[in-house]
Amino acid sequence: MSQPTIDFDKFKPTRSYIAARKRKDIVMRVLIVLAFIVALIPLISLLWTTVVRGVTRLNWDFLSHNMTNVIGGNPTPSGGYGGILHAVIGTLEITLGAMLISIPVGVMCAVYLIEYAGKSRLATTIHLLVDVMSGIPSIVAGLFAYSMFALVVGPGTINGFEGSVALSLLMIPTVVKTTEEMLKIVPNDLREASLALGVTKQRTITKIVLRTALPGIVSGSILAIARVIGETAPLLMTAGYIVSTNMNLFSGEMTTLPVYVYQEYSKYRANCSAEAATGCVTTIPMERAWSAALVLILLVLILNLIGRIVARVFSAKKK
Amino acid sequence: MTTTTTQPSPTRGESTLTAPVAGKRADKVFKGVALAAGVLILVVLAAVSMFLLVQAWPLIGGDQTANSETISTFTGGKAHSFWGYVGPLLFGTVLVAALALVIAFFVSVGIALFISHYAPRRLAAVLSYIVDLLAAIPSVIYGLWGGLVLVPSIYPFWNWVAQYLGWIPLFAGPASNPPRTVATVALVLAIMILPIITSMARDIFQQTPKLLEEAALGLGATKWEMIKLAVLPFGKSGIVSASMLGLGRALGETMAVLMILSPGLKYSFKLLQASQNQTIAANIAAQYPEADSIGVSVLIGTGLVLFVLTFLVNLLARRITEKAGK
Repeated sequence: MSQPTIDFDKFKPTRSYIAARKRKDIVMRVLIVLAFIVALIPLISLLWTTVVRGVTRLNWDFLSHNMTNVIGGNPTPSGGYGGILHAVIGTLEITLGAMLISIPVGVMCAVYLIEYAGKSRLATTIHLLVDVMSGIPSIVAGLFAYSMFALVVGPGTINGFEGSVALSLLMIPTVVKTTEEMLKIVPNDLREASLALGVTKQRTITKIVLRTALPGIVSGSILAIARVIGETAPLLMTAGYIVSTNMNLFSGEMTTLPVYVYQEYSKYRANCSAEAATGCVTTIPMERAWSAALVLILLVLILNLIGRIVARVFSAKKK
Repeated sequence: MTTTTTQPSPTRGESTLTAPVAGKRADKVFKGVALAAGVLILVVLAAVSMFLLVQAWPLIGGDQTANSETISTFTGGKAHSFWGYVGPLLFGTVLVAALALVIAFFVSVGIALFISHYAPRRLAAVLSYIVDLLAAIPSVIYGLWGGLVLVPSIYPFWNWVAQYLGWIPLFAGPASNPPRTVATVALVLAIMILPIITSMARDIFQQTPKLLEEAALGLGATKWEMIKLAVLPFGKSGIVSASMLGLGRALGETMAVLMILSPGLKYSFKLLQASQNQTIAANIAAQYPEADSIGVSVLIGTGLVLFVLTFLVNLLARRITEKAGK
């Protein structure tokens, strides 16, 4: 019996087949690059318009005045057209309030989950609920804070602290998740060494574990703040909107930057009567909205940068 | 979880050297505080559902004629019962979010592949950084941009779509001008959820085992075939759960919808025409300032429906991730 002759050429891919595969490869490559470029267009447009339209009204007068004594499109006695001082103060106070609530709660919850709970049933439930919480729509958080204050304090309560409560509901899950990640990275050797020296568990956690994880926790918290500082919907119903500066977090309405942007946007146009001064500008609400949006974007981006720099600088030290 | 508490030695109590010198009480207090913080999460979520239910109670247990009157004034007489009111809103919410997901899905998988497998390494690092930053841009700014920049400039495109693709019921013309329509809103929402899906998909794609990729390439696969054979199957569940999270975000988005969409209350698929649909979240924000106490109850009731919807979507996403993890 002679060996069967195998016609290897039969298995050779045809030239058109190879060409088709190559063509498909190139088509997909083009599509992927195209997807990237297509996505860049709106994002660049968004940043570009915010910067270009925002700088026209962004000056010291805009930053240092609130919206009292602003009538239609007329200039105020100080020569400006109203400003965002009250909104900046409101944003800072409300966000600070949210921070003070959610960072301790979030960090301690993560400490419980990682250091104490192990894999108990309670821990799995809390894990699940933290995930659920991170998916709560922001407007539902607003409704919750509103309902809670309506039941506890009295119907129709509106103040800055209510806004802080709504925001902290959105912030806690982020803080818990990042802190958990950071605590997981802390090497077990450190814990064991400390405990072997007879240090109590509380001191081990506060002085060794949390201190090692601190940069990560700080940067995670800053990113969480950057996320909630731009929230609008929950603050519309909890913190309200006023034109003057309100320094008291616990009573009276408060304006924040995102709400200010929205309110100016919904005004659309300012009135200019026939006998108005020459400086009257009908499009001033939109210009104010863009300038406030620019300030807001800068605030968010700077917070993000700080968070990332903290994470990078301190994690490099570990090595 | 793996640490043990300080073991009491057999001679404990006899020698002062082996007993903890101080801090025993602090130890207990600290543990109590940590436990309390954990339990607080349970309590808060229970409180969220309870407070919302209590506030929405007049809707169920209250005067039904007053309820239907309130709903009639909200809708201009189009709906009289709660479910007749929330039905179209729910439909609008799901329609807008699903459209946004469809648009964002392919683009963000494309970007994620570009970052993880096509772009040069240095460029990729910069790009992933930019994607992360974009996720932080506040929604009110997307709304502002959508309302003032996108709406005026996209009309010619929708008009073209309505002219040439108008035979598809989805794109039935005439396209509204200004296009404050579902199509425009879905586009803006897609841009908003793009960074979320992209960053998760990118992380998964980058974890594809190098050996699988090299094996595919070694068998003579082209780059795209390698991605199809090794990267995409590996990242499948990750992509799905990322899109679920994106969907959850789109479902609850308020400001962009509120600032762009011209609302309506219909079960309508006419994407290019204004005043067809409205979403739950935007509806709450729009009606809230003028609502009386029954009106607020109705709105909170719709908020509960939204809460349940996003809850289910997030639970689904978690299930998928868990299954993949096993």
